[in-house]
Amino acid sequence: MTVKTLLGNCTEPVIFIGRVASAVPLVFTRRGFRVREFLYYLDLCGARSVGIVLMICFLMGGVIGVQAAIQLQKVGSEIFSADLIGFSVLKEFGPLMVAMIATGRAGSAFAAEIGTMQVDEEVSALATMGIRPEAYLVLPKLIAMIIALPVLTVFGDAAGVFGGMLIGVTAMGLPAAAYWGRTVEVLNFTTFALGALKSVVFAVLITMAGCYCGFRASNDALGVGRGATSAVVSSIFLVVVADAVITVLYSFIGY
Amino acid sequence: MPADKAIEVQNVTIGYGDRVLMQNISFSVGKGEIMCILGGSGCGKSTLLKHIIGLYSPQAGDILIDGRSIVNAGEEGKRSIMREFGVTYQGGALFGSMTVAENVALPLEEYTDYSSSKIAEVVEEKLKLVDLGGFGTYMPSELSGGMKKRAGLARALALDPHLLFFDEPSAGLDPITSADLDRLILRLRDNFGSTIVVVTHELDSIFTIADRVVMLDKATKSIIAAGNPRQLLNDSPNRWVRSFLGRDGLKSSDETDFQVKKVD
Ligand SMILES: Nc1ncnc2c1ncn2[C@@H]1O[C@H](COP(=O)(O)OP(=O)(O)O)[C@@H](O)[C@H]1O
Ligand SMILES: [Mg+2]
Repeated sequence: MTVKTLLGNCTEPVIFIGRVASAVPLVFTRRGFRVREFLYYLDLCGARSVGIVLMICFLMGGVIGVQAAIQLQKVGSEIFSADLIGFSVLKEFGPLMVAMIATGRAGSAFAAEIGTMQVDEEVSALATMGIRPEAYLVLPKLIAMIIALPVLTVFGDAAGVFGGMLIGVTAMGLPAAAYWGRTVEVLNFTTFALGALKSVVFAVLITMAGCYCGFRASNDALGVGRGATSAVVSSIFLVVVADAVITVLYSFIGY
Repeated sequence: MPADKAIEVQNVTIGYGDRVLMQNISFSVGKGEIMCILGGSGCGKSTLLKHIIGLYSPQAGDILIDGRSIVNAGEEGKRSIMREFGVTYQGGALFGSMTVAENVALPLEEYTDYSSSKIAEVVEEKLKLVDLGGFGTYMPSELSGGMKKRAGLARALALDPHLLFFDEPSAGLDPITSADLDRLILRLRDNFGSTIVVVTHELDSIFTIADRVVMLDKATKSIIAAGNPRQLLNDSPNRWVRSFLGRDGLKSSDETDFQVKKVD
């Protein structure tokens, strides 16, 4: 890869981010905010993902619960599994699992939708109507995702804690009241809010990666498929890297 | 600056990345003129059109729209020039998530302060113009290829633009619809004085509508002929040009001095 293509590969996403960012103020104009599209994506990324989020986070909580049980039984401190599960679900696995589901569901759909529009010259048609494609196509998705992901994280957190509790009560024989008491004792709003804040960052990353891969899709049906694939791969990569960075940042402020 | 030129392409080089499709080409389109862009498939006709309407910037040269450079206009300036355009694309480029009527209404909602009843009125009028009256509630996926193209045309005409660009508007249409389209194009020019640039392969269309043609050549990356199609057919020094224009599509008998010969 020559230096020129390498630079080209880096400048393109930066230009895209700049275009979207400069379109953000349009949200506050009369025609800039597209309520109908916003609601459509809120439904797609949010409402329709609640079931799968509940199920996956519940299982994830249970799986962590099993591992916690095995280790904590060695030292006879099973009750701390409430801490372990509560913190890891609220701070890590809730937002992360929601992000993975949103990547598979929304990120790939965004790339495929915009990619198809690119191939069908609909994106060009928008531009020649004097409408900014970035504003028209990206902003409704971005806002919907920024709202949907933290809300889904609430559901995911609850399901995860419940899944862990089920293992704690059944496998470790902890009294449900004691487990619940310990959970609400150690977890507070900040724990939850820091996790939800992560999911806002993930929402931006997933939407931007999905839309960018769509706009970049080469001009054929094959390109659309490839765009959707690279949207998923790059979203997962970005989300995990961002998660690592944010976790380090949180540790600096003592969380 | 000559006020009678709607479009001036000045020493323009176009292509993708390092690939050059057309090198240093120049031509202009007068106000109220119908210009056809001809050339073999893949020689860069659509690409040239996309450069003229400002979707891409040329590698060299300048393109003036009503005397203003669209190349150097900047993002905002470009958008304001583009608003004057009506453009149709090869496949119609309708927005799949909207009905036909909503598609046609989009530019109206974006750029006028019309009430919704006024918008509905204009939409129906434009749909009738392209012979799609009553199809407003259909989704684009429910239309045939030709209907999609015509719906795209209705959308392009929504704001009564005075500069129109059509990319292969009649490709894939049946001959009758295609002849209707030619009549519509002529009517737009005659009644509204629109300047119209059409990419087309249809010889019937070319001889019916074109005041002038430019013919692009892939091999030399240049314009090999420019002028009135009938004059070119008779007088062009280039055999290939005469034979392209003389393909069996031309039925009139006044060009019999030319031996019809297929080249592709
Ligand atoms: N977006 C693009 N990126 C790279 N190459 C392209 C792009 N669009 C078209 N091309 C290539 O440019 C050439 C000319 O395409 P086009 O202008 O569509 O030809 P036509 O004269 O048939 O309309 C073709 O070889 C095509 O493969
Ligand atoms: Mg073409």
